[in-house]
Amino acid sequence: MHPSRLERFLALLVTVFILLVIFLPVAWMVISSVSPREELLATPPHWIPERLDLSNYTDILAPSAESSNMATTFRAALINSIQVASAVTAIGLLLSIPAAYALARIPMRGGRTTMTAILATRMLPAISTVIPLYLVASSLGLMDTKAVLVVLYLSFVLPFNVWILSGFFGTIPREIEEAAHIDGAGRLRILVSVVLPLARPGIAATAIYSFLLAWDEFFFPLIFTSTRDAKMVPVAISEFTGRHAVDFGAMATGGVLAAVPVIIVVLVFNKLIVTGLTAGAVKE
Amino acid sequence: MAHQRLGRIGLAATATALAIVAASVGGVLAQDKVSLNMISMAQAGMTPDEMNAVISEFVELNPGVEIVPEYVAYDALHDKIATGMASGQSPFDIMLVDDIWFPEFAEAGWLTDISADVPADMLADSSQAAWDIVSYDGKQYGLPWLLDQLYFFYNEDMLTQAGFDAPPTTWEEMTDMAQAMKDQGIVDNPIVLPLGQIEAAITQFVAFLYGNGGEFFDEAGNPVFNSPEAVGAVQWLADGIASGLINPASTTYGEEDARNAISAGKAAFTVNWTYMYDLANNPDESAVPGQIKMAMMPAFAKGVEAGIPSATNNGSMGFAVSSGSANPDAAMAFIEYLTSKDVQKRYSAHVTPLWTSLASDPELLAAQPVLLAMFAEQWPFAHVRPKVPYYLEMSQTLQVALQEALVGSKSAQDALDGAVAVAVDLAGE
Amino acid sequence: MTHAGTTTKPTPPPKPTRSRPRLALPDSLAGWLLVAPTVLFLAAVFAYPVVSTALTSLQDAKLTKPGEATFVGLENYTDLASSDAFWQAIWRTVYFTVVSVGLELILGIAIAAFISRRFAGWRFLRLAIFVPWAVPTIAAATMFRWIYNADYGALNGLLFQLGAIDQYVPWLADPFAAMNFVIVTDIWKSTPFVVLIVLAAVAGIPGELYEAARIDGASRWQSFWRVTLPMLKGGILLVLVVRTVEAFRVFDIIYILTGGGPANGTLVISYVAYQETFRFFNLGRGAALSFIISLFVLMAALLYLRLLSTRQGETR
Repeated sequence: MHPSRLERFLALLVTVFILLVIFLPVAWMVISSVSPREELLATPPHWIPERLDLSNYTDILAPSAESSNMATTFRAALINSIQVASAVTAIGLLLSIPAAYALARIPMRGGRTTMTAILATRMLPAISTVIPLYLVASSLGLMDTKAVLVVLYLSFVLPFNVWILSGFFGTIPREIEEAAHIDGAGRLRILVSVVLPLARPGIAATAIYSFLLAWDEFFFPLIFTSTRDAKMVPVAISEFTGRHAVDFGAMATGGVLAAVPVIIVVLVFNKLIVTGLTAGAVKE
Repeated sequence: MAHQRLGRIGLAATATALAIVAASVGGVLAQDKVSLNMISMAQAGMTPDEMNAVISEFVELNPGVEIVPEYVAYDALHDKIATGMASGQSPFDIMLVDDIWFPEFAEAGWLTDISADVPADMLADSSQAAWDIVSYDGKQYGLPWLLDQLYFFYNEDMLTQAGFDAPPTTWEEMTDMAQAMKDQGIVDNPIVLPLGQIEAAITQFVAFLYGNGGEFFDEAGNPVFNSPEAVGAVQWLADGIASGLINPASTTYGEEDARNAISAGKAAFTVNWTYMYDLANNPDESAVPGQIKMAMMPAFAKGVEAGIPSATNNGSMGFAVSSGSANPDAAMAFIEYLTSKDVQKRYSAHVTPLWTSLASDPELLAAQPVLLAMFAEQWPFAHVRPKVPYYLEMSQTLQVALQEALVGSKSAQDALDGAVAVAVDLAGE
Repeated sequence: MTHAGTTTKPTPPPKPTRSRPRLALPDSLAGWLLVAPTVLFLAAVFAYPVVSTALTSLQDAKLTKPGEATFVGLENYTDLASSDAFWQAIWRTVYFTVVSVGLELILGIAIAAFISRRFAGWRFLRLAIFVPWAVPTIAAATMFRWIYNADYGALNGLLFQLGAIDQYVPWLADPFAAMNFVIVTDIWKSTPFVVLIVLAAVAGIPGELYEAARIDGASRWQSFWRVTLPMLKGGILLVLVVRTVEAFRVFDIIYILTGGGPANGTLVISYVAYQETFRFFNLGRGAALSFIISLFVLMAALLYLRLLSTRQGETR
């Protein structure tokens, strides 16, 4: 059962290779965020900057009177994005879990069509829906609010949430549910106490997915928000671009800082997937 | 049981939704001052901090007015204005508009005609090229802002090393110098130009087209940018790329990439905006600080013979008053203040003055000796891009045509003929 | 794992109401109650935009002239269908979608399988794999634009130092090469999603199934064949649909990396829709393009469903 020495050596090579592919571009981003432009242009590249420049980080992370307008905006955007993405993740799961369960498990006339219709709402390109949605949001006085972003993002994550979750619910052996049914448990009870624990990895994956979708969305917050009240991270990062000049170091810093909260979220939810994986180990 | 719980969740959701709506409506009703929404750019010209300072000055002078600024990236400016204005809600009172957008915005009826309100002293103390920016169909739709044009940049050390003591005055001369540099191994691809599939390529094209004695439209308004002059200019670019005198990556480059190539010491010549001068000579930004100089834009020998010693692109912007503004007078008062001689003098660090007399102001000259002198010298040779309401679509077509000619998938003649045919169609629509 | 109840109940609606008469009525009512909040929410958000876009697609409408739209029937669609540029953009998009989704799928499954073998460092790898996904697209694409640069890019620098190239190469200057570099960027950014779903799918396989297989006397290989693979098929279906929908509408990466160039080499269909709507203000044509994009994606999704779901039935 245990891998041979050769197998372990090859596995190590593969691991290192995957890590290199993942981290080389990220390493360049980190280098870019702490190097003066002059060094970034060097041939051959300065993989380690000769003059470390941390001003991009101090500007954003340590608020002071001298912090630039851009840095203050970025900080506000980080907080806004965390709030919006968390709300979208939580509400998205609340709405999509029951729907996905019903579509996966309860025989309903037109269930399949409903699933396809739900999924189809995600297939329309954002570009054409921006203008009508803008009209609606502005006549409701919801422009430049986090609320409007939560509503919009929910409408983007729900279709895939329902789709992914119902796929996972579908894998749970029906026999387990039927046993609970015979014991007299109702649908909701079965969902909460039988299905949810079994589908934990799928739910965790869906949570990560919806958080990231809300975290990365660019075009809608660009059009629907204008001030620090509701500015999102990708928009704040884009504002490090001028008409001609691009503050590349600041953009790289934004990229690094924006990745941190996501990694934390992944760490938390990954625990749930790990539980599944560990349980799975017994299988073999 | 299940129904009850669901009902409660539904009720809570509705209540939350109502509360959110109520809160935002409350916010809207809470105004009592004249409030002006301004959309401007985050990085270019004045910094947001400088702009905020000017706003506070204005608000202090006009206590009944409040200005709510919004700073966005240049790329976002067009789409945000378009979406906002198309919604019919007119979310902006004051808008920063790029020169190429004035015709389409004016045609759409989004801009206030301010021809009658332009201050007489401003008009008298400014150049025609500045008013070309904000004019469409004989009317003024804004006040010029961020006057900028393409300049010729060269690496003085490389030039000296190659045995030349003055920058080229014609593009042919530059080609010879580049050849000498390449032959001597000073630099592999001596010329780098932002010719990617973006608007930058058209600004470059304008300079080469007019520098060869060509033009976009003839007197009768017919597109003629497939003339022998235009084809000659594009062919010259294509030949340069094929021979490697022009960096072959130029077809993927924007202004920043060209600036970086120069700053990395990988090129000797480029054409770029004002902003590059300080950055390319800044030791934190550039490996060749102090070596990058500006000179008059060369023209082609053919253009020089025809009495065109130089030609460049006028790439400026303007502040406009939205036609949907509830307080157009207050909005106009603010943009007048912003472009006033006094403000432009005090906030001159990142703004080329609209006022001609400021270009010879001793204090400003002392602060920016090179840039201001260069500006005054080059400005009379600046051409705006075509002022047509279908400009962006025509530009896109022309960008692709240039790319096809430059990567060699079409001849310069065929590519430009195709673009002109599209322009004729667009004009007819 | 599969979709909409196809695993254990091979044919879902419309039959089921009869197969379990006693529970059918209250059950389907409860089902609709559970689905209702999501459906109503989506309907509330999308009803107006979809209807309005549908109407706009039948009009000669300019963004700048909202009041002056004229009804032109299917002209926007027929114009597009007869335009070479449109079909070129479609084929480019299909190429982008097939290659990037295909490679993401293969790599994602391979990496997930590798992680679940739990070699040394697997825990770290399982977290690290998400890093590319965590970097916002706008920052990642800007970064890759710099990395691919012909004069000072890190890719050139690295390959040069390793001796793989003897002079710097303008990677993005050739139209077809540029498309492939866009694909590489997309793969780097999106493979983590595939890994996430496949890992969760593997983790979600109930131990009982393996138990049952073992009791039946199945070997490890047989239990992989009979248990793991069918479960993965469902995961593949999930990933395929989600990634195809996203890839076919790719926009941000291209906007930043190439702007559709060089010479339209990376001009995908969403980019065309963006240009028509926001740059050229041709609302009608933009709306028609949007519906065509949706149609393509929908057809792909239905195709996947058909292919993967039927096989699912056979494994039972």
